Amino acid sequence: MLDRIRFASGAALAMALLAQSAVYAAEAYTLTIKDHRFSPATLEVPAGQKIKLVVKNEDPTPEEFESKPLKREKVVSGNSEITLTIGPLDPGSYAFFGEFHQESAQGQVIAK
Amino acid sequence: MLATAIIVFREVVEAALVIGIVMAASRGVIGRGRWVWSGVAAGLLAACIVAGFADKLAEAAAGAGQELFNAAVLFSAVIMLGWHNVWMRRHGRELAQEMNRVGRAVTAGERPLYALALVVGLAVLREGAEVVLFLYGIASAESGTALAMLGGGALGLALGAIVGLTLYFGLLKIPVRHFFTVTSWLILFLAAGLASQGAAYLVQADWLPPLGRTVWNTSDLLSEDSLAGQVLHTLVGYVSRPDGVQILFYLSTLVIIASLMRVFRDKPRRPAA
Repeated sequence: MLDRIRFASGAALAMALLAQSAVYAAEAYTLTIKDHRFSPATLEVPAGQKIKLVVKNEDPTPEEFESKPLKREKVVSGNSEITLTIGPLDPGSYAFFGEFHQESAQGQVIAK
Repeated sequence: MLATAIIVFREVVEAALVIGIVMAASRGVIGRGRWVWSGVAAGLLAACIVAGFADKLAEAAAGAGQELFNAAVLFSAVIMLGWHNVWMRRHGRELAQEMNRVGRAVTAGERPLYALALVVGLAVLREGAEVVLFLYGIASAESGTALAMLGGGALGLALGAIVGLTLYFGLLKIPVRHFFTVTSWLILFLAAGLASQGAAYLVQADWLPPLGRTVWNTSDLLSEDSLAGQVLHTLVGYVSRPDGVQILFYLSTLVIIASLMRVFRDKPRRPAA
């Protein structure tokens, strides 16, 4: 147990330091959810750098932003927004969707 | 209705598999049902509370509240699973003697049922909160679909339960003398998989570096969206596009729990604790 505690506290310290350094250098892009659709449905971002992605939900109902290729999943409550950090991405397209309304909420990030 | 069923099923199946493993691992203990189902009930209640405060949670910790909460839930489950396995190793001898004497797995000591109940509760909480949000969204948005929603939800729940029950009854077919070895291994891999999921949330929160994005990509071969992929994701932590740090957490968890099981294993000269 002691090993685990030591390991955990060491890891926590390392994380805190890393979190500090990660605050900087992120450009912001916004996706808006309205009527269970993303706009823009295709979002162009620069490749090779960290990006801040704001997902704004203008519907009254919750949505879950999910992308397997970006490895992100996050619930967005109704009439609110969340921020995600993604990248640095290799050039290419990365599909995402709204898990709670998959029939309409589809889109992709294109990294160039 | 089918779309609702599929989404609910997807969320339920992971919790159902965890319950199946826990029910198997606590085989023969009197009163285990009460513990495990209390865990489910507490998990459901907590899921409703978390869903109710979803927007507050998302805003917490500079916008990383959701990720940190999920990671904390996952790592708590990892510790409880590790504790269960260490305990089983420590009391393995009496358990084996008892089983040999009676010829089947009967109650031997108490076993850390609270740890297993907590694991179940945490699994239900994590998956349940999303189901609650999803169903709430449908219910409040579209009038006249309540019945279809209810039907879809029930169908998804039933399908998830079938997967959990299949695992449970499959495990019961294992001969008694190998039984707890198998459940210990299952719990070890379950714990490692949960630790890797926790690491992914910490990467998403920007608290951990990925240490290499997408170390391999087997999503064409076996997608986590498929039933097989999802079952393997829960049971052994299969990820089609793992970050390096996920692999690190996975292996570290395996090594740490296995070493603790070795260090604390039951030895004849060691006084009983």
